[in-house]
Formats: sequence, structure tokens, C-alpha cells
Amino acid sequence: VSQETISTLFGSKLSVVNVGLRSFAESLADQGVAVSDVDWRPPRVPYLRVISSGIDIEAANAEAVARIQQARPMLVGMGIAREAIPGYEPPPGKRALILHAGPPITWDRMCGPQRGAVMGALVYEGLAADENEAAQMAARGEIAFEPCHHYHAVGPMAGIISPSMPVFTVRNGAFGNLAYATQNEGLGRVLRYGAYGSDVYERLRWMEEVLYPTLKAAIEAIEVGIDLRALIAQALHMGDECHNRNRAGTSLFLRALTPALIRTCPDRERAAAVFEFIQGNDHFFLNLSMAAGKAALEPAEGIEGATLLTVMARNGTDFGIRMAGMPERWFVAPAGIVDGLYLPGFSADDANPDIGDSTVTETAGYGGFAMACAPAIARFVGGTPQDALEATLEMYEICYAEHEQFTIPALDFRGTPLGIDVRKVAQTGILPRLNTGIAHKEPGIGMVGAGVLRAPEQCFVEAFESICR
Amino acid sequence: MIRRSEYHDSVTLMEIARSLNALPGVVDAAVVMATEANRALLEQAGLWGPELELATANDLIVAVHAGSEVLAEHALEMAGERLARPQSGRRAGAEQAGAHRARTITSAVRGHPGTNLAVISVAGQYAAAEAWEALHNGLHVLLFSDNVSIENEVALKQYAVQHGLFMMGADCGTAILNGVALGFANVVPRGPVGIVAASGTGLQETSTLLARLGLGISQGIGTGGRDLKEAVGGLTMLQGFRALQSDPETEVLLLVSKPPAPAVAERVLAQVKESDKPTVVCFLGGTQEPIVGAGAHPARTLQEGAYRAAALAGRAVTEGAIARETADLQVQAATLRGGLRAGQRYLRGLYSGGTLATEALIVWGEMVGDVHSNVPLRPHLKLQDASRSQGHCAVDLGEDEFTVGRLHPMIDHELRIRRLMQEADDPEVAVILLDVVLGYGAHPDPAGELGPAIAGARARAQEGGRELLVVVSVTGTDGDPQGLGRQVKALEQAGAVVASCNAAAARLAGYIVTGGRAL
Repeated sequence: VSQETISTLFGSKLSVVNVGLRSFAESLADQGVAVSDVDWRPPRVPYLRVISSGIDIEAANAEAVARIQQARPMLVGMGIAREAIPGYEPPPGKRALILHAGPPITWDRMCGPQRGAVMGALVYEGLAADENEAAQMAARGEIAFEPCHHYHAVGPMAGIISPSMPVFTVRNGAFGNLAYATQNEGLGRVLRYGAYGSDVYERLRWMEEVLYPTLKAAIEAIEVGIDLRALIAQALHMGDECHNRNRAGTSLFLRALTPALIRTCPDRERAAAVFEFIQGNDHFFLNLSMAAGKAALEPAEGIEGATLLTVMARNGTDFGIRMAGMPERWFVAPAGIVDGLYLPGFSADDANPDIGDSTVTETAGYGGFAMACAPAIARFVGGTPQDALEATLEMYEICYAEHEQFTIPALDFRGTPLGIDVRKVAQTGILPRLNTGIAHKEPGIGMVGAGVLRAPEQCFVEAFESICR
Repeated sequence: MIRRSEYHDSVTLMEIARSLNALPGVVDAAVVMATEANRALLEQAGLWGPELELATANDLIVAVHAGSEVLAEHALEMAGERLARPQSGRRAGAEQAGAHRARTITSAVRGHPGTNLAVISVAGQYAAAEAWEALHNGLHVLLFSDNVSIENEVALKQYAVQHGLFMMGADCGTAILNGVALGFANVVPRGPVGIVAASGTGLQETSTLLARLGLGISQGIGTGGRDLKEAVGGLTMLQGFRALQSDPETEVLLLVSKPPAPAVAERVLAQVKESDKPTVVCFLGGTQEPIVGAGAHPARTLQEGAYRAAALAGRAVTEGAIARETADLQVQAATLRGGLRAGQRYLRGLYSGGTLATEALIVWGEMVGDVHSNVPLRPHLKLQDASRSQGHCAVDLGEDEFTVGRLHPMIDHELRIRRLMQEADDPEVAVILLDVVLGYGAHPDPAGELGPAIAGARARAQEGGRELLVVVSVTGTDGDPQGLGRQVKALEQAGAVVASCNAAAARLAGYIVTGGRAL
């Protein structure tokens, strides 16, 4: 029996956590003792340490977090979706396979912007002459739909990946797994926000014919690839949270890319056009930040008993989560309404419910969870840098760990909250804070704003119940 | 009115309920969490209505019975305002204004990596889980909450002992660690005496007496009231005792508790026997021989415990001091008796500290004879009805029968003042005793409330043609937020006789009612 900790206690300064009567904390503060007074309320459910089968949840989660932190997502190449993504082919009898954001969904339940993006993609692919025909095709069941997440991929907003689209390939250097994401189109009238039309297709075609081959050559010329974890870590120190703000990440990416771009692109004007496109799109880095998150999270899947999320995604109709311990199972609830700031001419009446795979960033320990890094966009969470700090501080309550690689200057370089723990969400009732863009609810229009919201409670309740069983 | 998923600590709720009850036209009001137990209370009080059926244990209920609907509405409105208002302008510790406060112990520890102690005072049903969380985070624990099952207490303490952590409590009201007053505790200097106490008030009384003798304490470890029961086996007492035996700052040990279960007493005294530091054992109401047998110094009262420990620590105060004081008390009693009328023969002790009531009963056992109580030394002296005195009588107003749904009498004097008036009207009463406990956790100005009440009680007796004596003991130091000197002065100005300590107050009252005759 050790007396060591007690003699240590006798010799050291008291530092107290107070739970309950506030006056006790005040008495301690009066005596000059460091005290943190817990904002306690009755736990909604007990904190579960062991599953009924006897598996130690703490150990499982520790392993999951260790794997996520070891991840080394490297941008190593690009390809065309149907060739690059393993298993990407339509099932028998279907004319095409389209990947989408969020949990599985059928055409009849798809929201406006996701439908719009599907219609646009079918026209872009040349499978339909116009959007009407595309919609009929989809309604007749000729198109297969699958979540991006079922193919190691992630897509922002509608998250549509159609066969001809170029994708980035991100390789997790620590585990060897690959993840995929498309190139970011920019803001406004873009396919991922549900817009379609000639301007949208023209841009997509340019991205396929000019942007893609140029980037591919440059990226593949960089011997070890581009270290996305390092870029994210730096961007977090430069005012990005790598979800709603990607200005620093995009700049860092361009800086890492440019020498290779100049060396590999034979046409100076084309190189300049590519450079201009990226520097004119502050969100270009988003898709890379997302693919990096996906690559980092997947190795944690399949750790029995782990209650951390490896997937959190929305399709504009449903919000879905998956836990590391049950990677095949989606827990789904209706997608929430975004509390947003709107582009001129649009309002909350135009907004579609929450949509996109970009919550992979929050799942991987940045995005909305790293708001404290991004005072420039504090308006989303109340206006002041203090509000941004508190948004992050609150997320520590529901996370299992803190990220060793991603740190927050304003919190004395504390690690970002990492590993959303279903048990803690169930216990505290604190729901994950998400940052997001907002799409118009009707197909064909596009972006109307950006904002924040909380994940819906019900899917966490069900996930927690499934652990208890 | 139901307020969903709203939580406030019980002190806040009871304070609000008290202010609602004080509103004109309000017959009864309750502000409680909608637990099963509280529901039963509301039903009993006639405050339950069908509209409350939807409330769950995480919801807050405000129920008002008033003379009219308007009055009730007004009360509900006021409750809403009070609940919405931040409880205190002052924020605890280093937290900045508006800063996020951690919601769980784990998260607080993560945000403050040097944390080494958890003080837990949530409702009993949640307390064990919080204590587990604290222990799992490697923290020592002071568990103030009561209503923790004995099985939980044993499991927590076994884990704590295995991991070298203190698990003080459940129901541990007081501790002094590294000179810091925790829970209900006084500001005392650091020094050579280490105390392990199963009674919070016992620790307060002995530590303040030592302070007044010019002696500090090294550590004051609380064990919780049940630690020395057979089922718990004195786990924390033994652990604390061992820790102090090897603590270089501690020169003299003082153990304070009610008599332990026999097997536990044996274990504790075996540990005492191994001690190479002088040890004073105060098992209040227990036998002395086994203590002497273990090579330790027995003490019958808290006062004796403190004085003996002081003597062993090299202070030139011995039991001679108590004897000298006793002689003075006899003289004082004779003077005070002079004003009493023939029919005034009983003493009535109205205590806020249970251990202080017990100490007084021990003193009177040899002086006064039978004293009735709700916490009697012998079962046949149990009061039939604790709300009405008979003969010589000592009531512990901190017992559960008095505190359900209200604040402890060390914080809220209302009940004690009412009882004081009741006793003042009894022509057979000669002397009333009150204990006043100062320090952190206690009322900010007890004399400010009890003083006028004492004056009022004496005036009432005066109207009945009697002199009523009120003897008070004050447990505290000049370093306490209330200030011992200020409190004593205010009480004396109100007409109270302030004794040097609780045992002295008991002896003085004893001499007053016996006229100095030994039994």
C-alpha cells in the first residue's frame, strides 16, 4: 500500500476541483487556493467504463485516439474517381454510381441541393441531356447512390462524386490507408451547393481538363507528397479552423505546391491560371483538410468497445454518426437547422438543413472544435474571440483526449479537443458544435450562407443505448 | 411550475424557497428537483398537482400554495427571477469572468493539470459516481455529501487505500489540509498536532482550542461519520493515522470520534500502539482503559483532547488548567444562580453540532444526572418528541429529523431561534445553552442573528418575572471570517454568558442547575 501520494499531497500546494456547493469554492478562493468550480448538473446517464461483454472502454478509446494521433495524412497523388477509388463501379443494372455526403439515402428522400447536385453531375457526365431528364433517370432507379464514407471518400455539402470527377488521393503514412476527395470549386453557384447550369459545368470541365492534370503532375512530382497534418497544424496557428475558414491552409498549400507547379507545367499561362484559381478560392484547402481527417480516422475503425466517433456526416435530410467500435453501423437522426449568416438576398427561409461530410473535420479534432484558433470568424459563434474560446472549451467536455499535433495558441498551446465520445455526449447532454456552409433548399441555386449548429441528440442517445446493450 | 433540465445546488433552492415562504399571502412553497423523494415530500405537503406529473428527476419544480392566484403568480415570478440571477457576483478561484466552467471533474482536471483534491457536495444519489470519477483521476477526495450507501463508501475507500489516496467521507464535513480549511472548518495556524477525526465539529472544536492555546495543526483529516463502523472498518482513520505517523511535520497525534465498533477500536488501538509519536485518543463516551493499554493518552472531552495534545507538544498547559478553570466556573455559577427563582431548575441545550451535544452530555453525566436528548448517551433518555423538551434536555438540531428540506442550523438560525423562544417561555428553565460555530462554511454572522434573539428571549422571561441565563460557547478563531472576538463581544452585549469552550459552557450550566453540589 502506497503512502507516497499522500506524503506528496502533504508537501504540495493544494489545487482543488469543487463539485457542488459553490460557497466551498468561494471559501477556498478566499484562502488563496487554486480552485476550479465545476458547473455540475446531474449526469443524464452514468459514465460507462466497461461494456456488458467486459471490454474496457477506456482502453479501447485510448487505442483509438492513439491511432488517430499517429496518422500522417500525405497528399500523394490524384486520379479520376472511377479509376482511383477502389470498388467504384455501378452495381449490375444501374447506369452509374454516384457517391454523396452523409448517411445512406434514396432519391425520394434526398433534399433539394443534393438532388440538384446529382442532376448536375449526370448532365456533366453526359448521362442526361438536361437536369429534367437526370431527375427522371434518378427517380426511375437507374442510378445507384452510396455514401462517400463507404468508399474512403468525403465530399463537402452535397458531396457528389461522379465517375469522371478528379479526386485527390491522401495516403496515411502511418497505416497505409487511402482517402479521397474532389477538388474544391469555390463558393456561390457551385455543384456541391446544389447548383447546376452551364456556368457550373463549364467550371467542372475546366477543373477536369486543366486544373486536374496540372495539379496531378505537380503533386506527383513532389517526392514524399505534401504533409497535410503539418499544413493543418500550421493553419490552426494562422487563424483557420480548417472548416469554415481555410484561407491560411489554402495559402500554405499553394506555397508547398508552387515550385513543383512551375517545374512541371510546360505552359506558363496555364500554371498562372491554376495558381489564380486556387488563390481566388479561400476554401480550396477544405477538401484536403477533409480527406486528411478521413485518412486519420479510418484506422480507428473496428477497435472493439471504442465509443469515439469516426464518422459524423449529413446528407441534408439525415444526420449520421458511426463509432469506432461499430464501424458498419449508422446512427441517424433528422439533420438540423443551421444558425447562419446569409449572403445578400437570402435568408433563413431559403436554407436547407445541415448537409455535407465536412464534419469530418470536427470528428478529427479541428473545424468547429478548434474555433479558438479562428477569432476572425468568431461572428459565427457570437462575435468575440472569447466566444470562440468558449466554443472550444465546451467541446473538451465531450472529447476523450486532446490532440498532440494540433494546438491552440490562445489556450497556451493546449491540444484541440479530439475524439467525440458518445458516452460523454450522453452524460452531459452537450452536443458537438459544427461549423458549416448553407445551401439553398431548392435544387439548382447554390450557396446562401454559412453558420453553426449542434449535432442532433437522438443519434447519440441511440448510439449510447447500443453500447449499453 | 416545471423548469426543464435546470439544476441548482440545494442551498440555492432552499434559500429561494425560504424567501418565497416569507412573501405575504404565501402559505407554503417548495423549490426542489423533481426526484422521487421530493415528490413524496410535496405530496405530503399538499403541494403536488397533476400538472407536475410530467417532471423528471432532471427538472426543477417550483410549487406555491398561496392565498390567491395573484399572490401565487407573484411568488412564481419571483422564483423565476431568483433562479435566473447568477448566484453570486464573485466567481470562484482563478476563473475569469464569463469563462467557461468545466462540466465534469475529468474535464476540470484536464484544464487544470496540477489538481490534487476534489471537494464533492452534490446530492447523495450522485455523490458516489462523482467520487469515483475523482479517484479515477488520481485525486484525493473530501466527500461532504451524505446519503451515500455504506457499500459505496467501503468500495471507494478500499480503492482509495490501494491507490494511496485519501477518501474522506462520505458525510465528511471538515478537513484541514496543508493549512487550508475545507468544508466547515476554521482558520488555524500550522503546527505540530495532527488530527484525525470522524466528527467534523470535533475537529473544529479541537483545532480551534489548540489555536487558542497557541498551537497549530499539521493536518486535520476527516474520515466521515461512519468510518469506524464495523462495515467500513476504520479504513480512513487507519490510513490517516499512518500518514501522520510518517509525516515529519506531525509531532503529536489526536484521534477524535465516537466510540468505534469493538473490532475497529481494536484495530485502531493496535495501530496506535505502534506509534512512536505521542497520541491522544478521544473516543467520546467510550471507555478509557484500552486506550491507556495501547500506550496512548485518553481524553473524555474534546477540550481535554486538545489540552492533552497541547501538553504533549510542549505547551505548559496541563489538566491543571481545566481544574483551575472549573474552580472559576463554580464561582461564576454561584453568582449567576443568585438571580434565578425557585422553580427554575432545568438546563436546555440547543445544539447545532451533534458532537458538541454529545460532549455536553458527557460532562453532565457526572454532574447533573439524567439529561434527555434526541441523541442520548443511554437509550432510555431518548426524547419522546424532539420538538418538546422534558427535564434537563439537550437537542441536536442538526439531526435529520430537523433538517429535511431546510438548511443546517449552522447556516440557518430560524429553527433554533424559534426553539429558543419556546424554552424561554418555560418557567422551569434556568439556563439555555447554545453552541456557535464559526469558520468557513458557517453562517457569515451568527451573533448578528442569535444576539437579538438571545436578548429577546431574556426579555420575554423578564416579562414573566424571571431571569433567564443563556450560556454560549463559540467554536472559532480570530482568523475566521466572522472573527471570534467580534462574535463573542456581540453575544455578550446581547446578554449571553460566553464560556471558553463547549465543555466549559456545559460545566458552567451544570453548576448553575446543581448549585455546585456533586451528585
